[in-house]
Amino acid sequence: MEPARPTETEAEITVKDLTMAYGSYVLMRDLSFSIRRASIFIIMGGSGSGKSTLLRHMIGLKEPAKGDILYGNESFTQADPADRERMLRRVGILFQSGALFSSLTLAENVGLALEEFTELRPAEIREVASLKLSLVGLKGFEDFYPAQISGGMQKRAGLARAMALDPAILYFDEPSAGLDPISSRRLDELILELRESLGTTIVVVTHELASIFTIGDDCVFLDPETRTMIATGNPRELRDHSDDPKVRTFLRRGDDGQASNEQERERG
Amino acid sequence: MKLERLPQGALRVRLAGAWGLASGLPSFDPIRRELASEPPPGRVTFDVGELKEWDSGVLSFLVRIEDLCSERGVATDRDSLPDGLRRLIALAEAVPETKDAKQEEKRPSFLERIGLGAQGVGSGAVEMVHFLGEAAGSFARLLRGRARFRGVDLFLLIQDAGAQALPIVSLISFLVGLILAFVGAVQLEQFGAQIYVANLVGIAMAREMGAMMAAIIMAGRTGAAYAAQIGTMRVNQEIDALVTMGLPPIDFLVLPRMLALCLMMPLLAVFADFVGMIGGGVVGVSMLDLPPIVYYQQSASAVDLVDFATGIFKASIFGVLIAFSGCLRGMQCGNNASAVGDAATSAVVTGIVMIIVTDAMLTVLFNIFGI
Ligand SMILES: Nc1ncnc2c1ncn2[C@@H]1O[C@H](COP(=O)(O)OP(=O)(O)O)[C@@H](O)[C@H]1O
Ligand SMILES: [Mg+2]
Repeated sequence: MEPARPTETEAEITVKDLTMAYGSYVLMRDLSFSIRRASIFIIMGGSGSGKSTLLRHMIGLKEPAKGDILYGNESFTQADPADRERMLRRVGILFQSGALFSSLTLAENVGLALEEFTELRPAEIREVASLKLSLVGLKGFEDFYPAQISGGMQKRAGLARAMALDPAILYFDEPSAGLDPISSRRLDELILELRESLGTTIVVVTHELASIFTIGDDCVFLDPETRTMIATGNPRELRDHSDDPKVRTFLRRGDDGQASNEQERERG
Repeated sequence: MKLERLPQGALRVRLAGAWGLASGLPSFDPIRRELASEPPPGRVTFDVGELKEWDSGVLSFLVRIEDLCSERGVATDRDSLPDGLRRLIALAEAVPETKDAKQEEKRPSFLERIGLGAQGVGSGAVEMVHFLGEAAGSFARLLRGRARFRGVDLFLLIQDAGAQALPIVSLISFLVGLILAFVGAVQLEQFGAQIYVANLVGIAMAREMGAMMAAIIMAGRTGAAYAAQIGTMRVNQEIDALVTMGLPPIDFLVLPRMLALCLMMPLLAVFADFVGMIGGGVVGVSMLDLPPIVYYQQSASAVDLVDFATGIFKASIFGVLIAFSGCLRGMQCGNNASAVGDAATSAVVTGIVMIIVTDAMLTVLFNIFGI
């Protein structure tokens, strides 16, 4: 079911005054941004700045210390479990490690959601699963177990699983980490393709500059030093016009005056 | 290494020969002593004219000298070092230490540790009760037909906890029956009451040992496996994936495991009862010269259905406890590989403690009600 495609400027996801904390340790505060429907939104920042944690907040794996997250106009944070489940049914997630179910084959991994949430018959489920796998270039690997394929292939299989129910929103946590440059480019193309063909709203956590500039429509930059976001906007514009030296440094691979601190942290 | 004072009050460190990590580094004390002596050297220079080979051993030595000198405000003369070493030292010093990276680790005082320990017990108990509540909720959903798990999973779990556990359960309960009979035989023989070995073994196996031994084996075998499986899934973010897919792990993973053990444990226990009695019979026949048919008849008259029923009842409770502790520890698992090992160990310990405590309580209860 293709979602009716409303105006492209409508906010699909809104993060309002979010404070993230582990116990009494405040990781980030005052995060506010919104993600337009059918756009590709990048969350960036050095390692350990809290990108994955932000993602966990947006999909309900962690409760905000303060603030709210809205899907459309509906609060996700205050919703009861049944409503949350309904909202998450429109969401697909590619976890940082792929998170494939190791006891299931790739086809079963992709088919699991179909099996549980649709009325499809087993043969049809297998057909759909194998179609999704072929979209990510894994045709013929239906009966492999996750342990039998490479890390990059696991990531792509994870993507196929995330797309199983044709989600309106896709989250990616560092999709290109651990991929070779060619696979990582192909993944970028796939992400663009998904947005163009299905109008999917896509949220990507990454610090691959190449991807950021190729696919990003908007971005938010998390700064661990001030413990908040220090920039939002189009990544190419931020690179050229941001008045914050840290953002410029990050987006220009560190060759902007002050030493390559960000890059050092990247590697760490 | 040689140290010498130059006329202008400078200290010259002369490095010679081959320096390497493999051959060990010389003591640092002479330099420390020189730097602390009166009057302190104005500067430190290096002479590496005779240095033949070096690796990062020399580097760490030099960096220590640098650190010590800058602490004492003594200048060092790096120009005398070879180019490669100089660059490496500069690199080592270029990045200031990230303050955030060092976790403050204050060792708590004795009283504090007691307090933290007590809090830990408290919060552990709260978590356990919470998990129990969730498991009960999941069971209620099962009864209403709303719990989501895969039938295939349940089937595989039942197979693993049932048929595949038979060999080890047989071996152990056979030996336990043997031991019981042996200990009993020595005592009963003194009164010429050898025949009552059959009663002893039969009743002990049916009421207690069959269920208990099966439970302890399953705690070590299956409880630990559950904790490791679920713990690995946690580390691998598979649990997160399930949650966000709308498949609650408590239904999807925990419930089938509880069902499998709760269904299979009674069968294992009954099986263990009989194998144990056979073990007792072997002792009775071979050591006490009782004819097999007599031993059989004595056993049959000694053990009634109520004895079996109590054992079976206990066994299914134990099954739930084993699955409960295995799944609980798996779900509580931290997010690294070594935490999985801890979870498995902890599952076995928790499981066995729960089994024995529950057994004691049930035995007392049965006694009060005269069952
Ligand atoms: N479960 C946790 N408990 C406590 N602190 C955590 C936990 N998970 C992550 N952190 C801390 O939160 C910070 C951000 O982590 P994360 O969101 O994974 O960063 P990123 O994805 O940007 O690399 C890290 O400094 C980490 O130490
Ligand atoms: Mg991360």
